[in-house]
Amino acid sequence: MIKKIKESIYVELFVAFFKVGFFTIGGGYAMLPMLRKEVVEKYNWASDEEMMDYFAIGQSTPGIIAINTATFIGFKKKGVLGAIFATLGMVTPSWIIIISIAAFYNEFSSNAYVESAFTGIRIVVVALILNAVIKMGKSSIKNWYSLLIFLTAFALVAFINISAIYIILAAGILGIIINSLKEGAQVNG
Amino acid sequence: MVELLKLFLIFFKVGLFTIGGGLAAIPLIQEEVVVRGWLTTAEFANMIAISQSTPGPIGVNVATFVGYSQFGPLGSIIATLGIVAPSVIIIIIVSKFLNKFRKNKYVEGVFVGIRPAVTALILVAAYLIAKVSLVNIPLYESTNKLIDLMDFGAIIMFLVFLFAINKWKQHPIFYIVIAGIIGIFVF
Repeated sequence: MIKKIKESIYVELFVAFFKVGFFTIGGGYAMLPMLRKEVVEKYNWASDEEMMDYFAIGQSTPGIIAINTATFIGFKKKGVLGAIFATLGMVTPSWIIIISIAAFYNEFSSNAYVESAFTGIRIVVVALILNAVIKMGKSSIKNWYSLLIFLTAFALVAFINISAIYIILAAGILGIIINSLKEGAQVNG
Repeated sequence: MVELLKLFLIFFKVGLFTIGGGLAAIPLIQEEVVVRGWLTTAEFANMIAISQSTPGPIGVNVATFVGYSQFGPLGSIIATLGIVAPSVIIIIIVSKFLNKFRKNKYVEGVFVGIRPAVTALILVAAYLIAKVSLVNIPLYESTNKLIDLMDFGAIIMFLVFLFAINKWKQHPIFYIVIAGIIGIFVF
């Protein structure tokens, strides 16, 4: 019985993604090497090309890329239940680790040394996020209308407190309009 | 019970609008927790730092952390399930149309608009944290002197780290640990 459970594909999916979640810090592209090792090399659940496809689609669908990729592979192997097991495997390390740290954090966050450390750390958080924005901006802001969307979105959220969700919805609709206008111009030109 | 259902729905909404990876979840979660008065911007920034330095996708870690801070271990599980649920549902649907989905002109169009907008939203997250860590707004409001607004130590440290992050490209944990050590001695 135990052997049967151990060899079950659901357990394999859970364990493989548990390992990926446990051994990668940061998510996103940092996760790719570990994911490849488990999914492509060890279990042969997908080819390298398929992995890249899942990753690319994972980026262009709502949700966290790591979770999207896990769901893709789990679903491909074993349907809806497979998708659920793979996803649960991916998030379980976060539960275990963050819950342990959070309990500890509440206890120590008012300690003077911890407070000073976090005062320094918050400064670097700004630098790290800004650095990510610069990298993203190099590929997402390439022409006058993307710059305009970027600046308008920033001003509306930062200074007038418009909800981010409205910005995303409006930007998506605007994108469809811009894209069709460009296509129209190409056909006519 | 109703509170936990609400927590699930809040994070479900965040998951649904997180487009372009876990970092895009940060401004959405920030908005929810600050508007609801659950956490201060500084507390939320601490959680981001911890989530970036521990295993697991950052979006999942932040959701877990925020859920725990409000409703304990059960809250952390509910928040995480909320943020991943839209992914599972949407990917299962998209799997069937894989390549058609990628080449669809409306999907392409949506991203023409969303990519620069999401970049701006993440910048807002940085801006809000900068407002509580690089400048001293309460002191400025009490004295009205522009010189009191600037926290020069913090600004210099910020510029040095921004330069270092760009130049040496070490893992974020590396910079977070060093900043913590500097913080203990300086602040």
